[in-house]
Amino acid sequence: MSGTRTETFPAGIVETGLGTVTREIPASEPPPWPPNAELTWIGRPVPRLNGRAKVTGATRYTVDVRLPGMLYACFLRSPLPSAELRRLDTAAAAALAGVRAILPLAQPGDRLRYAGQPVVAVAGVSPRAAAEALAAIDAEFRPLPFVVDMDEARAPDAPAVHDAASAPQGHPSGFPAAPGLPLEGNVRGPAVVRRGDPAQGLAAAAVVVEGEYRTQVHTHACLEPHAVVADWRAEGLTVYISTQFTAGVRQELATAFGLPLSRVRVVVDGMGGGFGSKSQLGVYGRVAVQLSRAAGAPVRLAFDRQEEQTDAGNRPGTFQRLSLGATQDGTLTALAIESFGTAGVAVGAGIGFFAERLYSCANFETRQHDVFVNAGPGCAMRGPGNTPGAFALEQAIDTLSERLQLDPLALRDRIDPSAVRREERRIGAERIGWSRRHPPGADDGPVKRGIGVAQSLWMSNVQTNVACEVRILRDGSVEALSSVQDIGTGIGTIMAQVVAEVLGLRPADVTIRIGDTEFPPGGPSYGSRTTASITPPLRTAATRALAQLTREAARMLNAAPDEIEACGGRLQVRADPSRFLAFRDAAALLRTDRVSAVESRLDDYAGFRRRMPDAAMAHEDLGGVQFAAVAVDTETGAIRVERVVAVHDCGRPMNKLLLESQVEGGVLMGVSYALLERRIMDRRTGLMVNADLEHYKLAGIHDTPEIETVILENLQGNSATDAYGIAEPANIATAPAIANAVYNAIGVRLTALPMTPDAVLAALGRSGRS
Amino acid sequence: MTETTTAGASAEAARGPTAGPGTTTITMTVNATTRHLELEPRTTLAEALRDALDLTGTKLACDRGACAACTVWLNGRPVCSCMMLAIDADGQAVTTIEGLAQGEALHPVQEAFIEHDALQCGFCTPGMVMSSAALLERNPQPDAEAVRDALAGHYCRCGTYPHVVAAVLAAAERK
Repeated sequence: MSGTRTETFPAGIVETGLGTVTREIPASEPPPWPPNAELTWIGRPVPRLNGRAKVTGATRYTVDVRLPGMLYACFLRSPLPSAELRRLDTAAAAALAGVRAILPLAQPGDRLRYAGQPVVAVAGVSPRAAAEALAAIDAEFRPLPFVVDMDEARAPDAPAVHDAASAPQGHPSGFPAAPGLPLEGNVRGPAVVRRGDPAQGLAAAAVVVEGEYRTQVHTHACLEPHAVVADWRAEGLTVYISTQFTAGVRQELATAFGLPLSRVRVVVDGMGGGFGSKSQLGVYGRVAVQLSRAAGAPVRLAFDRQEEQTDAGNRPGTFQRLSLGATQDGTLTALAIESFGTAGVAVGAGIGFFAERLYSCANFETRQHDVFVNAGPGCAMRGPGNTPGAFALEQAIDTLSERLQLDPLALRDRIDPSAVRREERRIGAERIGWSRRHPPGADDGPVKRGIGVAQSLWMSNVQTNVACEVRILRDGSVEALSSVQDIGTGIGTIMAQVVAEVLGLRPADVTIRIGDTEFPPGGPSYGSRTTASITPPLRTAATRALAQLTREAARMLNAAPDEIEACGGRLQVRADPSRFLAFRDAAALLRTDRVSAVESRLDDYAGFRRRMPDAAMAHEDLGGVQFAAVAVDTETGAIRVERVVAVHDCGRPMNKLLLESQVEGGVLMGVSYALLERRIMDRRTGLMVNADLEHYKLAGIHDTPEIETVILENLQGNSATDAYGIAEPANIATAPAIANAVYNAIGVRLTALPMTPDAVLAALGRSGRS
Repeated sequence: MTETTTAGASAEAARGPTAGPGTTTITMTVNATTRHLELEPRTTLAEALRDALDLTGTKLACDRGACAACTVWLNGRPVCSCMMLAIDADGQAVTTIEGLAQGEALHPVQEAFIEHDALQCGFCTPGMVMSSAALLERNPQPDAEAVRDALAGHYCRCGTYPHVVAAVLAAAERK
């Protein structure tokens, strides 16, 4: 187990430039895998193994969990954007026959800071009993001044959303916001990142581009609402919850309720979408447990759609003012951005590290501010920070290329140090037909077509607090176990591919047990880190479990264990495959009903760039390039995205089919963000106007472009599987690629999201091009 | 479990020109089995299926007919089960996602959804499958535009639409 050895790994882009890299790795690690073409299951388009349960309606989501004696809970919520709770009397509600528990979450005198903030929770024998209890609660709210518009909130005389005591304090990790920043009025910050001297860089520039950009508040709109069923019992607590992180929620519960981890179990089977909004226990999760403890019965708490739209998180809106300087050959001399964003009553409305890291620029500064408004708290959403950040910077780069009379791809070739993205630009340009790109407005007639490009940047994240177990049973069946949850990515199928690859079986031969903290800690499904975190220790565990079987088989085959290989459902002598045992027959030789191996996530072989508790960041260069082709009707203002070419990398691609689904999903969320979605707050009432799925517009099937996905096999020799993530990179580049395509179509730049028909017509009108 | 317990008066007696507010008996053929349910008239068809019959494959996402996740067949035609009352389905035939397969044999649309990965989180999938299967009943050879028209009312937040179109076209070829 101890010591290291030296191994040579395939490294580089397999399709165009495969080389090798030599690494010193822990001696216990399995040998390097060759490129996917030489493997049996890795990279293949294996259909998801839980597909049958999903297409037959058999999958049990949290909203489908029914426990004997289960109660139904709901919230009384503040009807006002800012109020003092004057009176709260729950006696009449408590006296109702169907009511089992009432939990006040605010006391008279408390201040409520957004419409929809929970005030009281009740549990009753049916949803209607709980709803009737809400109606019987006597609560009086005194209206207070409020502000829901970010620009108005920045004014010195704006009503203060928070005071120093109530304002969120940020986090030492810097996410969602740094700690210790000044608060003045509703403006918190700035968080400053600086290198060189941007003012000098701008002064030295031959060309300066300045721009202002706005992005809207965007809700996650998961189709399965936030939901939990809590079952408090003397022997321990079991919580079924629609979560992106079973192990994290377990830890939160143990801390909140003073329970040992061994007495807390968190379970999720079907999980109906999270996109960042289901990363934590949340108020609703804690409340369900409190109600269950009080009532002595299981309690179900599920949001309705209005609650989902107002109090389940959102992607913060931003305003960004950007200055970009360059020499005549395109070299960047300065990049300075001041941003104001709003996550409602919460923090975390920054613009990420997109501008900081994507392009080479010696003189750089961002000054990022959070602005509080009286609206529901924002939270992480698919590529937080970098997604609004990309919308601004990638348009500014496009503008710069025009000013320099350089092709946007040629400019990026000059300023983007990534060799991988260079290759992605080359491939994408070919697929989209970049060489046929016209100057703006070149089409005859009212419909103008254009092509645009934008880039993506994200971190290669790894959860280090992760372990996997592989079991081989004496009848030859195999199990892989992890508390990891399948939020729709198909991680269980990827796990089965890894185990099948090692054991020489088929993925369908592997029983996957996930979504339950009874199994080894699986890490979160956020930050595009699940596959990178889970698959290396899983491969190692499968290798170690197999070794136990190989010992038995070797004895039977009169061979040394290291002469045996597992393939095609057999354990065979490598040099003479006619000497073999069927996997099942080898398993029958086991002394006990099952053998097992548990392995935890080691560091990446090349190390980590940054470490956090339980997690690490391998590098900040996970990306991709997207091209969009649009048609803009200059009479109606309607933008139609006709085609998107998405070229991405994620280390070693594990499953072509599932990756394509992830990329298409990222692109579609980007199309929806670019053209349709927007939380609308009424300035007069402080309420969300479109807190439903009828007036809050999501992209539907008719809004869907033709999407061509290209995934590079970019090997780096960094772990036992060399796999990284893709969910967030797939979303970041889409909106700016569309915006750049719109500019290429009509010659007018749309600097605010969403790019609705009225915005297009207004921009055309201002430019005199309509 | 039913939404409420049966009130004193028998449901039959409560029937008349008006029903409710107590429970009333509703008889439906659900997935080819006749079911008698004691339900308040305000119960939606979706609630009846999910809560009274534990057929939780039918999903509620918007509860206002905006997302079509709750799509079931009423006498063979797709409907949003959140937008009709169970009492309006009295005497009629309802097919849910649980009733689409023939025993172990999946419907061709279900098979194609798996093969083409036309699902991610899967929450919208039962509704998508029911509308897709209904389309193939009335138009066995649709083109891509006809598939998109049939599914225009469905929301999928994971973005499975391209794979859904491919799956339905493949199912049509297989059928």
